[in-house]
Amino acid sequence: MNTAVVRLDGVALEVGAQRVLRDISLGIPRGGFRWLLGPSGAGKTSLLRLLHLEVRPSEGRMELLGRDIGAAPRAALPQLRRRIGMVFQDFRLLPHLSAFDNVALPLRLAGRPEGQVQADVGEMLAWVGLRARTHCHPAELSGGEQQRVAIARAVINRPDLLLADEPTGNLDDAQAQRLMLLLGELSRLGTTIVVATHNDLIVARHPAPALRLATGRLVSADA
Amino acid sequence: MRDVEARRERAAAARRARRLRPAGSDDLGLRRGFAGKLLPFLVAAMAFLASLALAGAIAAAGFSRQWQQGPAAALTIQVPNPSAKATDAPQSRLDRVVALLRGSPGIAQVRALSHAEIQKLLQPWLGSGATDGLALPAVVAVRERDGGPALGVVTAELQAAAPGTLVDSHGDWTRRIATLAHSIQALAWAMLALVMGVATAVVTIATRAGLVQRRDAVLLVHGLGATDGDIARRFAARATRLAFLGGFGGTVAALPVLGILAALAAPIVGGIADPAAWMPSLPRGLWVGLVAIPVICAGIGFATAQVTVRAWLRPLP
Ligand SMILES: Nc1ncnc2c1ncn2[C@@H]1O[C@H](COP(=O)(O)OP(=O)(O)OP(=O)(O)O)[C@@H](O)[C@H]1O
Ligand SMILES: [Mg+2]
Repeated sequence: MNTAVVRLDGVALEVGAQRVLRDISLGIPRGGFRWLLGPSGAGKTSLLRLLHLEVRPSEGRMELLGRDIGAAPRAALPQLRRRIGMVFQDFRLLPHLSAFDNVALPLRLAGRPEGQVQADVGEMLAWVGLRARTHCHPAELSGGEQQRVAIARAVINRPDLLLADEPTGNLDDAQAQRLMLLLGELSRLGTTIVVATHNDLIVARHPAPALRLATGRLVSADA
Repeated sequence: MRDVEARRERAAAARRARRLRPAGSDDLGLRRGFAGKLLPFLVAAMAFLASLALAGAIAAAGFSRQWQQGPAAALTIQVPNPSAKATDAPQSRLDRVVALLRGSPGIAQVRALSHAEIQKLLQPWLGSGATDGLALPAVVAVRERDGGPALGVVTAELQAAAPGTLVDSHGDWTRRIATLAHSIQALAWAMLALVMGVATAVVTIATRAGLVQRRDAVLLVHGLGATDGDIARRFAARATRLAFLGGFGGTVAALPVLGILAALAAPIVGGIADPAAWMPSLPRGLWVGLVAIPVICAGIGFATAQVTVRAWLRPLP
């Protein structure tokens, strides 16, 4: 598959002395959607960190967005990261910025005109149901509201690759449904999506190929 | 042609985008986080010391120049009772001494000092106006020819023609003063270098503290695709501002001190303190240096923050 947005070949990851991922090989095409499943501690977050270029593989070959990461110079990575959206398991909102400014970060980093930033962020916050909370700081938001801000920040830039770590962990059923609708729409528009989750209910309701991890190994990968 | 226009348009759009960012946007929260209170004070202290060191260097240079080139540097010959008759010729003692010196092969230049010059020469020791009632000797300034014959012979002739004439060689004295002035100068430059080193260290420590304090924000922004340059620029902008403010404050604080020192030194270095002046005149070189200090502080802030932040980010993938 030449058009793979994500391609891993015998990838291993060591954190300190611990080997948290081993011998991972997989490919995801443009617009593909994958569940990332496995028990707690299996290595889901670690794999997403790898795909978000927060760490480099200790072993093996990784290709992202058509680039061989092992061979890419460090200076080429920021440009790639701007094309990858990430919803962190622990949100990682900046506490000193309002919901609006948190969501605006990727656009401002990309140097978008402020007029466009105002319009896009306003629309995105409205879409995730936070229009009234636009100027609140993360500390003033509930867990679910923070998670929706994190989701908004990850997708505001129309990334080519979207990674989400337990994005429904703090959402109620209706909100989780809404999120799945958004992800489906983005996937149709060509965004490649990987969603790590424990939520069997939502997986059952939205059948899609799954990557299953156990103790750092890929035990099954539906094509 | 169209290509150039398109490029120009894109650049203009980028400029507009930057301008349209909310004024003073502070994504990394540096305004709260970045040792904002302490850094300017520490840099101000450094700038204060730098101002004094610079003044010391420039004053020492001026002082040594004056002693090496002014009348004080020449060989001086004192002729007491200058208008009395010489013993061996029908001339005044002063004229006779000048004539003998002019005829001597080892001497390049002879000049009898005017009354005013003598007073100025004596002023540091006797104070102005104190010489009014004194019977002053005449003073003849002499410049020896380099490598010419020694003065010994002339000295004997001078003694014969005008007994009591005193040949006063300042050579040794001048050399010592020059050495002293050069040492002071070297010390002042060393102190300036030291102060700049300490200022660099202070900015480094403040930047590191800022990085540690804003670690999560920096890592997040890095993860969102900020380049090292993007992040370094924000820290550097802040450090530049704070260092400039500190440098400016410290230099301004040094001005009254320098003014007092200049007023104290004026009679010794021969300047005339004008009591009506807003402050005693400082040498021009010093003014240039004082204006440069805040700019140099800003430069140190910028460069140090850039280097520190980039070094901190380099281990990240
Ligand atoms: N920074 C780290 N240092 C050491 N070990 C780590 C580190 N991060 C993760 N690990 C280890 O790697 C393994 C996988 O962790 P990871 O966070 O990827 O699991 P996960 O599948 O995301 O679990 P969960 O479902 O609970 O989020 C765990 O055993 C964990 O202890
Ligand atoms: Mg996890």
